[in-house]
Amino acid sequence: MRAILLLGIAGVALASVAAAKEKPKDVPASPPDVVRVGKDPWPSQYRPYPGQVTVIRGATIYDGAGRRIDNGMIRLEGGKVAEIGTSVAVPVGATLIEAQGKYVTAGIIDIHSHLGVYPSPGVQAHSDGNEATSPARPEVWAEHSVWPQDPGFSRALAGGITALHALPGSANLFGGRGVTLKPVYGRSVQEMKFPGAPYSLKMACGENPKRVYGSRNQLPATRMGNIAYARQLWSDAVGYKRRWDDYTKRAEAGTAKPTDAPRRELALDTLMGVLNGEILVQNHCYRADEMANVISMSREFGYKVTAFHHAVESYKIADMLKAEGICSAMWADWYGFKMESYDGIRENIALVNAAGACAIVHSDDENGIQRLNQEAAKAIAAGRRLGLTITPELAWTWLSLNPAKGLGIGDRTGSLEAGKAADVVLWSAEPFSVYARPTHVWIDGALMYDWGDPKRRPTADFELGQPGAGEVK
Amino acid sequence: MKRVLLSMVLAAAPAVAAPIAITGATAHTARGEEVIRNATIIIDNGRITAIGAGLAIPAGATVIDAKGQPVTPGIVAVPSDLGLTEVGGVRETSDGSARTSPYSAALDMAAAINPGSLHFAIYRMAGVTRAAAVPDSGNAVFGGQGVVVSLAANGPTVTRPRAFQYVELGEAGARLAGGSRPAAYAQLIDLLDAAKRLAANPAASVGGDDSGSLVKRRDVEALLPVLSGAQSLMVHVERASDILEVLKLKGRYPALRPVLVGAREAWLVAAQIARAGVPVITHSLYDLPDDFEGLAASRNNAGHLQAAGVTVVLGPLGGVGGTTPVNLPGYAGNAVGQGTVPGGKGLTKAQALASITANPARVLGLADTGTLEVGKRADIVLWDGDPLELMSSPVAVWIDGAAQPMTSRQTLLAQRYKALGRIDLPLQYPR
Repeated sequence: MRAILLLGIAGVALASVAAAKEKPKDVPASPPDVVRVGKDPWPSQYRPYPGQVTVIRGATIYDGAGRRIDNGMIRLEGGKVAEIGTSVAVPVGATLIEAQGKYVTAGIIDIHSHLGVYPSPGVQAHSDGNEATSPARPEVWAEHSVWPQDPGFSRALAGGITALHALPGSANLFGGRGVTLKPVYGRSVQEMKFPGAPYSLKMACGENPKRVYGSRNQLPATRMGNIAYARQLWSDAVGYKRRWDDYTKRAEAGTAKPTDAPRRELALDTLMGVLNGEILVQNHCYRADEMANVISMSREFGYKVTAFHHAVESYKIADMLKAEGICSAMWADWYGFKMESYDGIRENIALVNAAGACAIVHSDDENGIQRLNQEAAKAIAAGRRLGLTITPELAWTWLSLNPAKGLGIGDRTGSLEAGKAADVVLWSAEPFSVYARPTHVWIDGALMYDWGDPKRRPTADFELGQPGAGEVK
Repeated sequence: MKRVLLSMVLAAAPAVAAPIAITGATAHTARGEEVIRNATIIIDNGRITAIGAGLAIPAGATVIDAKGQPVTPGIVAVPSDLGLTEVGGVRETSDGSARTSPYSAALDMAAAINPGSLHFAIYRMAGVTRAAAVPDSGNAVFGGQGVVVSLAANGPTVTRPRAFQYVELGEAGARLAGGSRPAAYAQLIDLLDAAKRLAANPAASVGGDDSGSLVKRRDVEALLPVLSGAQSLMVHVERASDILEVLKLKGRYPALRPVLVGAREAWLVAAQIARAGVPVITHSLYDLPDDFEGLAASRNNAGHLQAAGVTVVLGPLGGVGGTTPVNLPGYAGNAVGQGTVPGGKGLTKAQALASITANPARVLGLADTGTLEVGKRADIVLWDGDPLELMSSPVAVWIDGAAQPMTSRQTLLAQRYKALGRIDLPLQYPR
C-alpha cells in the first residue's frame, strides 16, 4: 500500500528519500508508523492497447513543440516515438504508411472538457458536472461522475484528441478535482485515466458562483463575496496543512502515534494538495481584473494558478500572465453571450501568444473538442489580420505541448520527440484547412482510429441499435 | 455619440455613388456550379447591372481590382438573433422570447430590431450581409413573426418584416404546450383552424382578447398569411417521426409552406421531405445524440438531403457551442470535408456556398438576393482566399452596392491592447 502511494507522485517519492538520508544512524531500521494522506488512492488502470511498429513517410510534420519537418519520417515503436526526422530506420516487418501530401501532428490535448460528466444525451439524469450544493466542493472528483460510455469520447478521438481533462463545472468557487483521461473506452473510468497525471482543482471566478448562490440568498452574491469565501477556505487549508505537516514531522521523528494524526477532511485534502504543489489549479475566469485578483489571492496563500480557462480578456494582461507563468486556455471566438464575455475578441489567442505567454486552445464543449485544430486556425487568421506572424507549427503548440504542460504531463506527451508517447495524428490535408480530417489516430502507439476501417471506429454502448446506427457520424 | 462617428465615416460613401466595377475576380456566383474567372462585376444603384468575363468598364466607375481573388454573394444567416439580443445572459438586452406574454403568433420581431447592436459590425466583417432575426417561442408553440435584416452600416436595416412565422414542435414544443407532443399539436391546430374560419368569414368569432382566452384573435389574424402560403412557417423539429408529422400538416392546410429547422434526423426521411418540396435549415456539425429526438444525428445529414433534392440551408443553429453567423463559411466548408471521409456524405464547394447564400435567400423569399447575377442586390464579398477556409477573411463587403466599414468594437479593442505596458497615460486614453 505504501509503495503504491509513493509511486503515485514522483515528487513525493523523492522527498521521502531525502528525509531518509537525513535520519541519524541510531534510529531503528524499521520506519516509524506514519499516517499519510494518499496522493493517488484511485490509481489508473489504463493499459495501452497493442500497437505495431509503424513508420510514416513523406508527411509534413508539426511536432507540437513548435518544429516543422518537411518530407518527414517518424517511427512508432513500443508505444513511444522511437525516431523522428527526415529519415528514420525502417525495421523489417514494420507497417509503412506512405503519407506524401499528408500531415502528421502530435495528438491534440483538450485541457477543458466535460465529456463523461455532462455526457450525451444531455438529459437531467446525466447532469453530473456541478455539485452545486455549496460554493466550495473541493472534495468531489470529476472522475466519480464520468460515464465511460459517453458517445462524445468517440467523436473526440475522431477529431484527433489523444488526451483530455474532464473538469467539474463552474457553478462553484471550488468545483472539485479534474481528471486527465484518454479517449479510449473503458468499462470503468479507472481504465481511461492517464497514468500518473496529477489532479487538478477546478476553481471559478465571476458571474456563475455569485449568480448560483446569490439567487439563493447566500454567500457569495457578489464578486467581493466570491473572493471573501475563497480566502476563508484557503486560510482553513493553510491551517490544515500546518496540522498535517506538524503531525508528519513528529510521527517521522517517532514522537507521534497514528492516533495523533489529524482528522481527514476530504475537501481540505484537495486544497492541501494545491498548497503542496501536487494538484494544479485550473481557474475558470473571464475578466482580466478578476484574474489579477486571483493572482493576488494565490500569492497571499502560497499557491500557484496553472491556467486561467475561458480567459477571454487575457489579451489585456498578457504581459502579466507571461511574468506569472500562467497559461490561458481560450476559445477562438466565443464572445458576448454573457456580460463577462462582452470584451472577447478573435485576436485573443494570437495576442497572448505574441506576448510570449502560454496559449492553449480549449473546447469546454462536446462539439468543439472534435475540431480544436479549426479553432486554432481561426485564431491564426485573426492574428494575421492584426499583422502578427504565426507559423502553423508554432500554433500547434497551442493544441498539444502547451495543454500537456498545463496538465503536468508535458514530459510524457504533447510533442513528437523520441522517448515520448506515440500519441500521433495523421491528417488528410493541412490540418488548419477546413477540409482536413484525421485519417489515423494512435494513442500510446496503438491505432485507435482509422477513418477507412470500421473496425477501428468505436461505438459507445448507448449508440448500439439506435436510430442511425452504423452511419458515419 | 457612436452614431455620429459612424455617420461621419459613411459620409465618404454617398448613398447614390458612382458605379463600381470589380475586375479580375473569380466569381463564385452561387448559381449551380458556376465559377466565372477573370470576372468583371458592375454595380450601379445598389444592383448588379452586369457580370461576365472581361466586360467593358463604364465611364466614371470606381474600379476595384480583385487580383484573381474570390468574390461571392453576401452570406445570409438564418436563423439568428441579430438585432434581438445583445448579451444572451443579460435578460433585459434580449427580445428573443416573451415568456409571460399572452400573445404568441402575433409577436412581430420588427419592433425589436436594434441596428445599434455591436454584433452587426462583427458579423458584417465576416461577410454576412443579411440575416433572419427569428423569435424564440416563449409561452406557446408559436414564437411570432421573424424579420429579415440588412447588416448595412447605414441601413435601412429592415429588409423584410413579417417574413415568416416560427413554431416550436418536438420536445421543446411539447414542454411549451403543457407537457406532450399531442398538446403542442392541439395548440397548433386550434390556432390554424381558427385562422381557417377567419379566412372564410372575416366576421367569424375566433377567440377573445381577455387573458383567459385560449385563442387570441390577434394571434389568429397573424396566422392568415401562414394559412394562405403568403408567409412560410419555420418549424423546429429534430426527430424523424416529428418531421413526418409536420409533412402531414399539408394535408389539412394545403397552402402551408413549412421550412424545417434543426432537423437532425432529416436524413432518415430525406425522400419524403424532398417529395413534399420542403426546405431544411440544419447545422453541418451535428453528430452527437444530444437528446432523444436527435439520436441519429450525423454530419452526413446535409449531404443526404442535398442528394435527395432537398433545398439545404446551413444555419448558425444552437446545440453546437459558440455557434455564430461569423463561422457560417467554416460550417459550409466542413460539409465539403465530410464528403472526403469514407462513408461520408458531403456537399460540393458550390453547393456548400449556396447553402449559406442562395438557398437561405430563397427560403426567406428574397428573390433579388443570394446570387451574383444581373438585377440582384449588390450584396457582395471579396475574399483573400477560398471563402470556405478558416484562414480566409473578407477584404471588402458591399451591401446594396455600398462599401461597408471594416471595423468593429472587437477590432478597436484589439488595437487598444495590441501593445501592452505602461505609457504616459492609461490605455483608455486615445492615442
